[in-house]
Amino acid sequence: MALLIEAGHLYRYYGKHCAVNDVSFTLAKGNVLGFLGPNGAGKTTTMQMLCGALAPSSGSIKINGFDLLEQPLSAKRHLGYLPDTPPLYRELTVHEFLTYCAQLHGVAPKNIRQAIDDAQQRCGLAAVAKRLIGNLSKGFQQRVGIAQAILHNPDLIILDEPTVGLDPLQISEIRALIRELGQDHGVILSTHRLSEVQESCTQVQIIHQGQLILNESIDALKQMMDTGIVEVATRLAPDTGLLAAIPGVNWVENSAGNRVRIHYSVADNPTQRITETIIAAGWELQELAPVKKSMEDIFITLIRDNES
Amino acid sequence: MTCFVIASREFKTLFLSPMAWTVLAILYTIFAYLFLTQVESFLMLQPKLAQIENGPGLTDIIVPPLFGNAGIILLLVTPLLTMQLICGERRNKTLALLLSAPVSSAEIIIGKYLGILGLLLLIVASTAMMPLSLLAGGELDAGKFLANILALTLLVSAFAAAGLYLSTIAGHPVVAAMGSFGMLLLLWILDWTAGVKDQRNELFEYLSLLRHFQNLQSGLVSSVDVGYFLLFTGGFILLSIRSLDNNRLCQ
Repeated sequence: MALLIEAGHLYRYYGKHCAVNDVSFTLAKGNVLGFLGPNGAGKTTTMQMLCGALAPSSGSIKINGFDLLEQPLSAKRHLGYLPDTPPLYRELTVHEFLTYCAQLHGVAPKNIRQAIDDAQQRCGLAAVAKRLIGNLSKGFQQRVGIAQAILHNPDLIILDEPTVGLDPLQISEIRALIRELGQDHGVILSTHRLSEVQESCTQVQIIHQGQLILNESIDALKQMMDTGIVEVATRLAPDTGLLAAIPGVNWVENSAGNRVRIHYSVADNPTQRITETIIAAGWELQELAPVKKSMEDIFITLIRDNES
Repeated sequence: MTCFVIASREFKTLFLSPMAWTVLAILYTIFAYLFLTQVESFLMLQPKLAQIENGPGLTDIIVPPLFGNAGIILLLVTPLLTMQLICGERRNKTLALLLSAPVSSAEIIIGKYLGILGLLLLIVASTAMMPLSLLAGGELDAGKFLANILALTLLVSAFAAAGLYLSTIAGHPVVAAMGSFGMLLLLWILDWTAGVKDQRNELFEYLSLLRHFQNLQSGLVSSVDVGYFLLFTGGFILLSIRSLDNNRLCQ
């Protein structure tokens, strides 16, 4: 299968600060790639480089086989991009703006009408087509931004935090749209929400301090997330060494006061043994609660894995 | 072709905001007043002029002062019109739309330039209508009149190109406006040293916008002056394209 994007050894420096450090990946048609990372990890910089708004300090990017630096116009013809702030002209109506975008992207004049109708319908914009963009709510503006990116039916769609500022209903609509787009296009979306990646992506990459620390399919990520966490509160200070020795416990982290966070593998759930140990040691169990897994936990796990 | 898409959007957007309307309304009021004062002074001078052999005619009294003043006023106004061109797009984050579209930097810059030039040419054209109205009761020296239109057209083309360049490099629209205004004014007055104690600096004289503008205004359309304006305009457009390209490298 033809590769939509081939990024090789991308580096980007801002002065001496290295925002993106040796990032390489590929994406094939029919995949949705989730780009995860905390704020300031280099997500937006990478996206800007992929769409040609920013030149990489070194490295190469090929879109649909065209080198972005050597044949920028051919490469960009296959690209739809929604930046983190949607690029909208507030004084135009939705319809005028989309017409302008279609012309910019070289949609043939006779197809413009059809392309705009499709994009408006897909993004739920038909009702506001005649309104000024400046008067629309944030959610609708975001949808105009997405419509602009898919308007010319590009092979590769890059969406930088597409669901920011949307209400929960709109978020699920947009996620459904992304899944639908993923069937016959390649989609890259960046986010800092894990649930978004789990719902709409087939592939996931995690970037941390400019480096890719994970590049896996979504199933592999699920396996990696095999660890669970319980938070235990006791009246007397527990002996973490003793807890860590329990079979099934991976490691123990001290949190505030007499609370500890116990990381365990889900396959061999040790909760029963933990309870028994605490009661037997007489630390007086007060609370035992599962902790919902967040991005941070995965980062911590991955960074620990990287270091060890 | 894409540059015309950009140009037409730029031109239309100017008229969607109060910007273009305000500028046109204020400029026409001022130009009309200037025009009427020139007509008034011509009427006063007319009996004396009739006695001078080969004396200045209607066109000489009215057109060059009107176009000269229009040039000075546009020197103040053009930086305000051009300051948002690239700088505004960058601040509104809409530049990403152009940069990620299959459009070259040259097309972006030329499109932007043609858009704003459209408004300026509209101003020049309607300023030219004022002397034309005199045809109702008098005669114009067509050659001199056309030379003045050419001079003002070349002048505003040069102003717009310089303003566009400053807008490409500046981070803030006010900096762009101030920068282009300062530069244009300096180039305008560079020639003033010429009169002092018979000093002449040929370099300064060549660089001065005013000198070339006045040469053209006098009806002397020489390739030196036309060439100066074309080089000035082309030079700044090239610089803008380079600067926008460079912008992707070091942001």
